[in-house]
Amino acid sequence: MIKMAKRDYEKILEHARAVLPEEACGLIAGETAGEDKIIHKVYCLTNIDHSNEHFTLDPREQLAAVKDMRANGWRPLGNWHSHPESPSRPSEEDKRLAYDSSASYMILSLMDPERPVLNSFHVQGEEVEKEELALEP
Amino acid sequence: MKLTVAGEVKEVQDGITIAELIVQEKVETPEYVTVSVNDEFAKSENFQTQVLQDGDTVEFLYFMGGGQ
Repeated sequence: MIKMAKRDYEKILEHARAVLPEEACGLIAGETAGEDKIIHKVYCLTNIDHSNEHFTLDPREQLAAVKDMRANGWRPLGNWHSHPESPSRPSEEDKRLAYDSSASYMILSLMDPERPVLNSFHVQGEEVEKEELALEP
Repeated sequence: MKLTVAGEVKEVQDGITIAELIVQEKVETPEYVTVSVNDEFAKSENFQTQVLQDGDTVEFLYFMGGGQ
């Protein structure tokens, strides 16, 4: 299970809506407790592809985020990105570029603007496993 | 000489290159790695030849991308 505070979900949602029609992206950091991951911070980074179909994290912002995680004693847990026009599931490109099977890959679909959907996945090659996501107050 | 690698001070041999450090640090999936030296990003074509200096701070960043 991966646990996220509702305010962090809202932060992702707000950023993803703000950069439409482009894909939004970022990182998640926190701690692990047994089998669970607990997110302590979400980072909203610039998609340097500025595309509605692709994303690449800005490496300078990624570097700053990694330093912030280290300063706070958090570990990188994975990343998140939005799908402005498609469902919340990894695309073929998402799977191809998901090289870390231990990471959580969170995807926010804005396909239905009134009903955003956030899911978290583990990806290993072609195999995709949905991870239980708990939004906490 | 000493380097700070991913936040940890490490003793390494003099004249080590970025490519050698990648191997020494057992960096996984090096083809997806971006390297910064003192907050400047090194060009991947220079990994084999760029020699690190005593006191350098090195970070390994993994490319992250995808698409819908």
